[in-house]
Amino acid sequence: MNILKVFQHLGHDTLNIFQTLGRAMLFFLHVLGGIPSVLMRPRLLMAQLYSVGVLSLALILVSGLFVGMVLGLQGYNTLVDFGATESLGLVVALSLVRELGPVLSSLLFSGRAGSALTAEIGLMKATEQLSGMEMMAVDPLKRVIAPRFLAGFLAMPLLAVIFSAIGILGGHLVVVDMIGVDAGAYWQMSEKVDFFSDVFNGIIKSIVFGLVVTWIAVFEGYDALPTSEGVSRATTRTVVFSAFATLGLDFLLTALMF
Amino acid sequence: MPDNNPIVVKIRQLKFSRGARYIFDDIDLDIQRGKITAIMGPSGTGKTTLLKLIGGQLRPDAGHIWVEEQNISRLSTNKLYQLRRRMGMLFQSGALLTDISVFDNVAFPLREHTNLPESMIRTLVLMKLQAVGLRGAHRLMPSELSGGMARRVALARAIALDPMMVMYDEPFTGQDPISMGVLVRLIRTINQALDLTSIVVSHDVNETLQIADYVYVLSHGKVVGHGTNAEIRHSQSEWVHQFIHAQADGPVPFHYPALDYRDDLLR
Repeated sequence: MNILKVFQHLGHDTLNIFQTLGRAMLFFLHVLGGIPSVLMRPRLLMAQLYSVGVLSLALILVSGLFVGMVLGLQGYNTLVDFGATESLGLVVALSLVRELGPVLSSLLFSGRAGSALTAEIGLMKATEQLSGMEMMAVDPLKRVIAPRFLAGFLAMPLLAVIFSAIGILGGHLVVVDMIGVDAGAYWQMSEKVDFFSDVFNGIIKSIVFGLVVTWIAVFEGYDALPTSEGVSRATTRTVVFSAFATLGLDFLLTALMF
Repeated sequence: MPDNNPIVVKIRQLKFSRGARYIFDDIDLDIQRGKITAIMGPSGTGKTTLLKLIGGQLRPDAGHIWVEEQNISRLSTNKLYQLRRRMGMLFQSGALLTDISVFDNVAFPLREHTNLPESMIRTLVLMKLQAVGLRGAHRLMPSELSGGMARRVALARAIALDPMMVMYDEPFTGQDPISMGVLVRLIRTINQALDLTSIVVSHDVNETLQIADYVYVLSHGKVVGHGTNAEIRHSQSEWVHQFIHAQADGPVPFHYPALDYRDDLLR
């Protein structure tokens, strides 16, 4: 009997997962269908770009600065033994542009903006605001979800680029200004970092992360149970699934790109 | 039926279930144009579900719902949305958009569905707010409103596009006597002034019977009684009698189904 129950649960959970994935896919297609109407009303997009992008800026700037500083310091401690401190700029820049910029900004973005999107949409559902819109013949997927989705998708790569840029400056602050490595040697990396294979690939990563993380955030909000517990669980799921998706996809993309 | 006004909403053999539980089991119902029709019944009888079925937010398992002779469950999304522009719905919670002001809430359907200039939208919004007595509150945010005021703003929003029909979901629940009185009067006057058809879903017997032209009483998925006010008040049906006279026990039992009390205690 017990083994039967285990299989029953397993089957039930597996079905649930596939049903959710199916709903998420249909939801995604429906939201894509709403993108043209968002482009016709740039004001809606601007408001969301502000709350998703501009309001995440402080977190990205501060985190990027510190990550760059730590990279510089750790790199110096390792490379000084080999007399290779002139490569420090390259180490900092490549780590940031290829990996840490896109990955860390995606993780920070899901914690700051993704969770806020889920909670906002989930509460709109719980307080019948989405249902109310439907009854006013306004499609909430077009009016509420699509602008938020597009804003997240656009903001994420910009934030990742800013993260990497401020990180490189943070590295400069430690390596050149505090430790005293030659500035010319630090900036030598600008000749060695390849735009297409390094910078461009990093941006592609952040575009993929932006798409997936924002998709998870808006879907979890829309799919949340309309209760306080439901919204709280959905918000947690957004952060957890975004982290899994970012790190898993990062491995996949790195294997394909480099 | 009190007289022979045309039927706006016609429901036939409606069945709807959630999981294994039947919410509606073979329901027939008619809503007449220009009248206030009340749908009454104890909590949990699916009154709100009925409004969602009429608005096309839910689809019936079997049976048909016609609104203005259009079969709701067979309409394309576009047609359904066009029809919804002519239906207003007042949610129990008000369902106001919490991030914009009272003014913008009432202006919302106008801005979404019309290309009217902002000056005209302002005039229309102030007229609708005047009708519910809240013109002076147009700058407030929804969080600054009392429950009764929020419902009045939601009413102004529901009539913003001059619909042919307004559905009220439990409009009196949780209101103090003054705002209850205000809402009762508003539903009546707005129905007359705008030549609307109203469906009021409620379990507040006295308030609803004051304004309803025709009443349906639902219980356990069935229509257990219908008629004019007077007919309902003097109904011989045990179900209707228990509900209208607020008796704790009757066909709707006081006790949730359970084991025998004595056996349960001695187990």
